[in-house]
Formats: sequence, C-alpha cells, structure tokens
Amino acid sequence: MNKRANIAGSGYRGRTASIGFAHGPFVHIDGAADGARIAGTPKDEATALRAALVSAGRQIAALATAAGGDAAQILEFQVALLDDEDFLDPVFTAIADGASAHAAWAAALDEQIADYNSAADEYLQARSSDLADLRDRVLRTLHGGESEALKIPDGAVICADDLPPSRFLEINWSRGGGLALLHGSPTSHVAMLARARGIPMIVQLRSVSPSAKPHEKPIAKPVAKPSAKTALLDGEGATLELDPTAEEVRLFEQRRDLHQKTRASARAILRRPAASWGGEKIRLMINIQRVEDLEHADAQYADGIGLMRTEFLLGGQMGLPDEETQFQAYDAVLRWAGTRPVTIRTFDAGGDKPVAGFTVAGEANPFLGVRGLRLCLARPEIFAVQLRALARAAVRGNLKVMFPMVTTPDELETGRGLFVDAVGELQGEGVAAVFPEVGIMVEVPAAALTIELFNAPFFSIGSNDLAQYVTACDRTNGALASLIDPLHPAVLDLIRQIAASGKRAGSSVSLCGDMAGDPRCIPALLACGLRELSVNPSALALVKQTIDALSDGGARV
Amino acid sequence: MTLETREPNGQTNGQIITGSVRLVHAAGMHARPAVKLTKLAKKFQAQISIRASNAAEWINAKSVAKVMALRAARDSIIEIKASGEDAEGAVAALVDLVATDFPDTSP
Repeated sequence: MNKRANIAGSGYRGRTASIGFAHGPFVHIDGAADGARIAGTPKDEATALRAALVSAGRQIAALATAAGGDAAQILEFQVALLDDEDFLDPVFTAIADGASAHAAWAAALDEQIADYNSAADEYLQARSSDLADLRDRVLRTLHGGESEALKIPDGAVICADDLPPSRFLEINWSRGGGLALLHGSPTSHVAMLARARGIPMIVQLRSVSPSAKPHEKPIAKPVAKPSAKTALLDGEGATLELDPTAEEVRLFEQRRDLHQKTRASARAILRRPAASWGGEKIRLMINIQRVEDLEHADAQYADGIGLMRTEFLLGGQMGLPDEETQFQAYDAVLRWAGTRPVTIRTFDAGGDKPVAGFTVAGEANPFLGVRGLRLCLARPEIFAVQLRALARAAVRGNLKVMFPMVTTPDELETGRGLFVDAVGELQGEGVAAVFPEVGIMVEVPAAALTIELFNAPFFSIGSNDLAQYVTACDRTNGALASLIDPLHPAVLDLIRQIAASGKRAGSSVSLCGDMAGDPRCIPALLACGLRELSVNPSALALVKQTIDALSDGGARV
Repeated sequence: MTLETREPNGQTNGQIITGSVRLVHAAGMHARPAVKLTKLAKKFQAQISIRASNAAEWINAKSVAKVMALRAARDSIIEIKASGEDAEGAVAALVDLVATDFPDTSP
C-alpha cells in the first residue's frame, strides 16, 4: 500500500519504531534545561555534583520501581554509570582543576555521547539517548530544579528531537497517544518500551511537503509547525500529519480501521482448525531455533514442528552437549507437540555456523565445505551422541529426523546406518529407543535434481541455501540481494520437481526456508504443488491469512 | 568449545588468575550484559580486568562505561584476569555469567 498520496503539505515521514495509530493533541517537547548557573569553589562544585548524582540516582530508582520489568532493566544502565568510579573520576579531576560542576559533567557525557553516536552499530548509537537522558537529568538537578513533570494532555501525539526512556516513563500513556521523534532509532530503549506498551512511534522524521522530495530533506530542528494543535500519527505507514484536514482525518481513520481489522482477523484465523487452498488442506508448521521458541503465543496453533534446529546445543561453553542434555531438549519439544509431528534437524554446523572443536577451520569456502551431514559423517563420534539422544526421544512422540546438506543417496544411507547402530546399541543396553523416520533437507542442487534416487519418507526444502547454491550467490553478501531471488524460475522449477517426485513416491514434501513466510512467495509455492510449509511462529498468522485470502479470491495459478 | 573455556588456574594469593570465554549474546556486549557483568564483578574484592579479542588494553571489569566501550561483538573471546583474595571465584563467576548468556537470575 502506498500511503504517500495521502500526505498533504503538513506531512512528515519517518521510520516505524512501533506500529499503531494515534489521533490527538500535538505537543512539542524541547530539549534539556540550559539555564545559567554560577560556579563555586572547586570543593563546592565537587559537593554540588555529588549531591546531584545522588539525587539523580534516587529519581531514576523511583522511576524504575514504578515502571518495573523491562523499563527497570533499561534504567539500570544509567544507575550503573552513576556508580562507576572510572567514569566519574575524570569529571571530579576536571572540577579540581577549576571546571564548574555542570561544565565538567556535560563535557564528560558529551564525549561519551559522541563516541556512541560514531559507533557503526545502530544499537550502540541508540544508547546515546540513554546518556543524554542522564546528562540532562543531572544538569537539571544541578540547576536547582527536580525534574519537572511534563504537562501533557491525554492521548497526545508527542514530538521531540529524541526522548529519553525516563521521560517516556514520566508520561501517562494510559489514554493512548503516540510518539514522533526527529532523530531516534527503532532499536532505542524508548522504542522497545513503546512496542511493549503498544504506543505507536515513528523516528527519523523527514519532511514530505510538496516542495521537498520524500526521503531527501531531513528536518534539522523542530518540525515546521511547533504550534500545530492536532496531529495524526500512523505508525504503520510511518507518517505524521499536523493540523489535518477533514479529508486527511477520514483517510487516516480508514487506514486505522483496516489495520485493526487485519490484525483481528489474522489472530482469529489462527484459531480455525486448518488452512486450505483449492479444497486441499495446507499444513502449517513452525520452525524453532531453541526450545524457548515454543513460548510464542501463536506456536500452539501450528500443525507441528517442521524444523527444529539443534545448533543452539552447540553454543554452550561446557564442550559439546552430552546425550542427556540433548535428550532433555528433544524430549521437551516432543512433549509439547503431543501427537503432532516434530522434525528435528541433525547438527548443521559449518558454512556460516562455525563451532569450535567441531567444524573444520580454515576452509577457503565454508559454504561449499565440510558442513551439515558431511561434517557429522566426518565426526561419527560426535554424531553418534546426537543419534542416541534422538532415538531415545523418539519413544515419546511423532519424531522425524532430518539430515541437512545431503548431496548423494550414499550419504543418506551411511547416516541411516549409523542411526541403526545407535538404536541397536541402546536397546542392547536395555534403554528404550526407537528408530524414527529419517528424511533429508533438500538444499544442494545435485540432490534436488535427482530427488527420485533418495529413499526417504519425507523431504524438506531448505530454500535459503537452495536459492543460494542455484543462483551462485552468497546469501550473506548484501550486494547480491537482488540476484538471490527465491522466485527465480530455476528455484521454482526445482521446487516443482521435488514436490512432484515426492507425490509419486508417496513421500511428504515441505518447505522450511524464508520463502514460506513471505506472502509474496506463497502463491508460487502452492502452485508448485507444496502442501506443507514451515515458518517462524511470528509469521504463522500472516501465512494462514494469506492462504485463506488466496482460497477465497480463487486466485489459483 | 572446551578450547574456549579454560578453567581458572593457579591457587595461591597474589597470583593472577585468568579465564576466557566466548561471548554468545546475540547483540554483543551491550547495555544489559555490561550492567550484569559489572554488578557481578563488584561483588568481589579482587582487582578484575577484562579485554576482548586480544585487544592491547585491559580494562576495569567494574566500570560499566569501560565495559561498554569494549564494543565486544558476538562471538568475540572475552579474557578475564583477576588478582586478590577471591580472584579465583571472581573469574569462575564471570566466565559462567558470560557462558550462560547473562541469565536474568544471576547470582
């Protein structure tokens, strides 16, 4: 949807930090207090700063207590700085050398802020607003006034250069409202707070008045009309409109209602039993990276787990995970799933996922190197531990085990042989163990092109790697982003072949790459013959809704 | 991974205890991990220094500003050294904190 046409002369566009809509009185907040203050002797100044630091610490602690949760954790960084001798010592040294308390404090903080702003990492840049918050709070206290509570009407759309977390928490958001920042960042602490509370927020506002082309002219100082009375903030389209006309309000309310309906229907759709397309049931599974991903509110609506990655087990510092640790993780997931199928992928280390003590170091081209099943077969002693844990977990429920990065049927058979050995060994020890279904992840073009040679009850298409190998584009190389199109006819052709071959052989075929969660790709995947998709829990509602819409609209390809 | 985590070595007072650990936190050494690390470090009497990925300079593990300034990225190796009466416990506790990805229920 292009909403640019809806923005008139008094409109601004930015980046979305928190989705939502607000229509209310417009309030513009100025920056820090900067009044005059007369410095005393170095000793007086040191005492004044110490008192201001203590007072600021108390103010922040009170805010943290009132806010609790995430907000309290965010403020802890400021509290820690107030208690950091390495950080404060130079400030007191400057004061001893004759600087005023406010100048020494502001200089130390400004240096830190500049340092954070110059960081390449957007997250670190965003921390500069925490520091500015602390700087201004201490300066306000030094200037004699406790921080004055902001007088803000209910439901206001608040505009500022940037807004520190403590200021955000001082505002009463219970009657709604929104936040529009000229600077700021979607990864700032304020943005996290806004998202957690459902407060719409946009950052990095730019003018989109007819005279300036969109995205061209950043506004340096407060918006052109700080005197505006009302504002419309659209967190989805990332727009701000000041003193809107009746027509602008009408269009805004249309967008807001549409947004609310879409959200509500996406959630409602999840509770329906199954997605279907063209009269056929489409199974929607979820991908998980670790056991905790099952805590996502939408996970319960999945038809099963299409891909459980196991690399998280390799991230610990206690060496490679032992059999019991692995068993506990697999067992927890199977218990969660009940009778629903759970596909667990064996270690897919190597490539862009190096693991010390496991993967081969110094490969010239790790994406084409000893990774996935290749690595597991090269390190059978490590692989055997995982296979034992899986065979034990298989007793619990509907487990399927998937080998990644398979090139030839021989590899599948060798892996299966090791699995059979592991099951035999366990049963010999009197441990309950079952041989689960074993299938492969299809991501190597050579396997995709000869899929009928593989004897497997299921195939899962790893479209991220498949597209990378088919298009000869490193998927971590941003310069190639436009070439590594998953909708490339060659990729789609392979998907179609795999789906058809699976159907002939009676093997199920699913797809678990990013394509499955991309509404743009879903019509093509269904048209290729896929009837099972596996996506991140957060994409489940959108995918189900997309499929339903395709069904209703009869948009069969 | 055993290669990355060395158990604290050395026993007697006055000796320098060292340890190293891989930073697994997805966002690297950012505000919350840095706060947790310095808070834990301050519970020990020992002088504790850390550095990331073989940087020349060791910094005070009790200073949140310095720890943030490390700019330690995900997967960098954090080296810890400590001297003083409870140095051994300090290194072990800090290695554990980083290795377990800064759990919310830190000691």
